[in-house]
This record gives sequence, C-alpha cells and structure tokens, in this order.
Amino acid sequence: MTKNSLILHCAILVSGIVAPLLFPGLVFQFAMLWIMILFALTWDVLGGQMGYNSLGNILFFGFGMYICAITQIGMFYDVGKYTAAFGAIKVDFTDQQYYLGLALGLVFAALASVVVAAVLSWVLFGLRGPYFAIGTLGAALAAAELTGSWNYVGGGGGISMPVFPGEPGARSLFFYSLCMLLTIVCYLFLRWLYQTRFGMALNAIRDDEDKAEAMGLHTNRYKMMAWSISAFFLGIVGGLFGNMTGFIEPMEVAYPTLTFGIFMVAMTLLGGKGTLWGPIIGAVLFHVLKEVTWTYLLGWQYVALGLLIIVNVVYFQQGIMGWMQEKWPERFGLVVDRAPGGAAPEDAQ
Amino acid sequence: MSEALIEVSRVSKSFGGVVANHDISLTVAEGRITGLIGPNGSGKTTLFNSIVGYHPIDAGSIKFEGREISDLNVQKIARLGLVRTFQQTRIYAKMNCLENMRISIAHRNAAWGDMFAKYPPAVVERAEQLLEFVGLYAKRNLVAGSLSFGQQKLLEFAMALMNEPKVLLLDEPTAGINPTLINGLIDRLQRANRDFGITMFIVEHNMRVIMNMAEHIYCLAHGELLAAGPPEKIQNDKSVIDAYLGAH
Repeated sequence: MTKNSLILHCAILVSGIVAPLLFPGLVFQFAMLWIMILFALTWDVLGGQMGYNSLGNILFFGFGMYICAITQIGMFYDVGKYTAAFGAIKVDFTDQQYYLGLALGLVFAALASVVVAAVLSWVLFGLRGPYFAIGTLGAALAAAELTGSWNYVGGGGGISMPVFPGEPGARSLFFYSLCMLLTIVCYLFLRWLYQTRFGMALNAIRDDEDKAEAMGLHTNRYKMMAWSISAFFLGIVGGLFGNMTGFIEPMEVAYPTLTFGIFMVAMTLLGGKGTLWGPIIGAVLFHVLKEVTWTYLLGWQYVALGLLIIVNVVYFQQGIMGWMQEKWPERFGLVVDRAPGGAAPEDAQ
Repeated sequence: MSEALIEVSRVSKSFGGVVANHDISLTVAEGRITGLIGPNGSGKTTLFNSIVGYHPIDAGSIKFEGREISDLNVQKIARLGLVRTFQQTRIYAKMNCLENMRISIAHRNAAWGDMFAKYPPAVVERAEQLLEFVGLYAKRNLVAGSLSFGQQKLLEFAMALMNEPKVLLLDEPTAGINPTLINGLIDRLQRANRDFGITMFIVEHNMRVIMNMAEHIYCLAHGELLAAGPPEKIQNDKSVIDAYLGAH
C-alpha cells in the first residue's frame, strides 16, 4: 500500500467515525451512505467484474431482511401470531433476547441468502446478456409477490420489528456502526478477492466466456461463488436495514426493485464498473446528489436522477474511474515495458 | 506411425438440412503435426467444434487417449488437455497480457479452494517466458485488446501453451497475419511441437504453411473426407486439385 493510499484509507476511516458524532441528526443518512456503498460494491462483483448485469440483486436484500426478522421473532414467539396482530400487541424483548436474536438473525440472513443465490444460479446463469438481466429482475419481483401473499410473515401488511432496547440516539449509532463495519469488511474482502485467481477468472468470463470455457475454466463454479458472495453481504445488510427502519413489508422496504434495485446499478455505472473504487465513488456522489435533489427539487427528484442516468449511460459509459484510466493509463500500470535485455516487440505490425 | 491421440470415427453432423460432416474418420498421431485442409465450407471448423465438444455430434465416436469424449462438454474436454484456438482470435480484451496468461493455466486439478489462491511465482515466471517466446514480453502490461490482430493471435497461441495441452487444435493460425511474420509463427509452432512435445492438429488455408509443417494431411470437401496422406501425396492427388479448382 502506497503512502497516498494509506492516507486516503485513514481519512475515510476517521471521517466515518467522526461524522456521526459531529452531525447527530444525520446519522441515519450516513448509515444509508454506507449501505449504498455496499450495494454498489456487491453489484459490481457480477455487473462490473463478471459482466453479468443483474437487476435482481435486491432479492437477497429483501430475503435477508425477512429471514433476520423471522429469526429474531421466531426464537421467542410464534411468528404467525405475532404478524397476525399487525403490531397491535407490543411484545417486549429483553436486552439479551434482542441482541441474541439480532446476531443469529444476521447470521441466518447471510447463510440463507447464499443458499438462495446458489440455487438461483443453477437456473439463471443459463441466461446471458439482457436475458440474464430480465431473468433476475423477474426473480426479484416474484420474491416480492410471494412474500406479499404469505400471511405467516405478515403478507402485504408487513412486520413490526422488535424494538431496540435503548435510547433512539444510541440505536442510530449502533446500526450506523454495524453498517460501517460491514461495508469496510466487504471492501477489504473484495480488495483481497480481486487480487486472487478469482478476480482474474471473473474478468475472463466478462471478456469472453466461450473462450474461458474452451480453456477449461470452471466457469459455473466461479459464477455461482461470485453471486453467493454478493448475496452474503446483501443478506446481512438487509437484516440490518429492516431493524433500522423498524417496520418491514415486501414492496417498498424489502424488495424495492425500482429504487434501491436500480440505484445499485446506476451508482456503479456512474463511478465506473469493473473497478474497486468506481462503485464507492459512484455511491457517494449518487447518494449526495439524491439527497440534494430530494431537498431542493422536491417533485422533480426522479426527473433529475433519470436525466443523470441517461447522460451517464449514453455519454459516459466508462464512468469516473474508467475515464481516469483512459486519461492516465500509465498510473494504472498500462505501459509498454521493455525487457531488461531490451527485447523489442518484434512482431509489431 | 505412432499411437493415435485423437481418434475420430464415422462422425456425422448436420445443421438442419445442411450436412456439414458426413461419415468422417481420421486420427491424430501423438507427437506429430497433422493438417486438415479443404475449400471454404467443407466442414473443417465443424469437425473441430465436434472434437472439442462445442456441439453434440449426430453419429460416430470421438476418442481422446482411448477415452470416448463425444459426450463431454467443452470445459471437461479442455481440462483433459485438448485445447483449441479460434479462427476469429479470442483473447480477454480488457485484461493485460500477463493476466491473460495467468488465468490460462491448466485447470485440470483445480479444487474449490484454488479459486482464492494467488499464483505461485513459478506460474508468473512461466507466463513471462512464454510471452518472451512469442515476442510479446515488452507488451505484457498492456491491455490485450489494444494489441494488433497479429499480436493477439500470438497471445492466443501463448495462452494455449500456458494451458499445457497434450494436443492443440489450431484453427487457421496464420490467417490475417502479415506474410513476413508467418515464417516466425511457423518456427514457433514447430518449436512448440518439438520442444514442448505438443501434438498439433491444424486447419490451414495457406498451402505453403501446411505442406511444410504437417507430416500427415487430411482433405475435406463438401463435408466428406476426400483424401489423406503425406503432403507430397496430397499435392498430387487429382481429387484434391479438382476440389480446389473445380472439376468438370
């Protein structure tokens, strides 16, 4: 790690710790920013590095959210009775019950999302290009509909989540810390992952999957594992988000295909897909822009975001990081490097 | 003749009403360079695709080292050590040359854990040696898509060598390459055959190239095997000449 990059990492870490203390009113927004970064990072595993544009990654978010909720409640109460009351009976969870339920809920959310990703990959990775995008979108929409019609988990009426045992301020900070921690872990994991054979295999599948198959690469293995990794982190963050909002239901909170589901794609494209930092930059810019338009252009916010996405897709496909790589290729190590002996590329045509 | 590495017997393949291969039998001898020629549309690439498992065959059998492979998929066949290059050169365009080489190592014994392994220094060294072998060492950090077509072809060849194949199926290795560079390529193909012991099966339109390299040549026309034998025999075979020039 170079000195500059070390300074950058430290600066981000410090501002991540200081920001919520300086602006206590914005803690939820800051937590959302970390979640957005996580969305973009996990979307980029398939969409950027592997070239499979998934429009249905939000499925794991919602699925993780529900698994976490069911675990938290089901450990101590009957889920059917709890949801049938639509929050009318206030059930008290002791501190210990709450934290134990949350911890186990997040673990189950992660594991269950991985299982769903592995199963779905059997079906959906038979599709390529736009068909894969539509197939995954269908899966996410189907998950929302199925959850909405399943009364045991509250159906369209949703579930009131167990109440956090503590002050509202402490609650915000608690979930903020978890979101920040999860996103940092995800970043470090992907940073390591892209250095291994795995990262190169994903890029090979993106550039020419038929060639990769012809070279004997275990493409199915890599595709399944890549989606499972996305699902793992999305499942956990789903569980966290459910607890942050305090109330979950299928359409707007758990499976928001048209908002979060599209945002994760837009953010990655804005920052530059297929790079480690692109999704992060894109997520920060997009989230700030979104909040600004929500504040100052109320009523027109979707028009503004839509315009941004159109301009991005039509005129700026490479994104910010992609643009920087084109402008300063040598900074990214893309150079002609003669051998010590001075052997020139003899076959240059 | 030494032992047959690939044994194609009575293979047929049709696409709808078009019979691309009809009742074709041939063998590729271990350690040798075998050629496959024929006019455009005579079914050479279809036969290649059948051998590497790109599509199922209608009839016949294809054996590699005595093992039936016509029911295996592309990846499994490649992992057995039967690697092909493409007529339209295919490389990983957005990765640099070294990455192209490293991801091309043999995946024969890859376990699940290997997905997350780093490459040992020996692999990197070998990748650099092979890039040196094809004359691309200086460009190892460049994105492969930025190379010229001829260089991409050389890179694809180096990637195939990186995979440590037992047999290499080359689909028109000299097509689209500057004639002055063809000699260099022939030399490298022969060295790969001689020094690395890689058996080769080559589709080629350039008669000078194939007649110089191959020890045994098969000629296809209209999806059927027209002639087989050493280069001199093929050159003087009347049916081969008729197929190329048209007979009346």
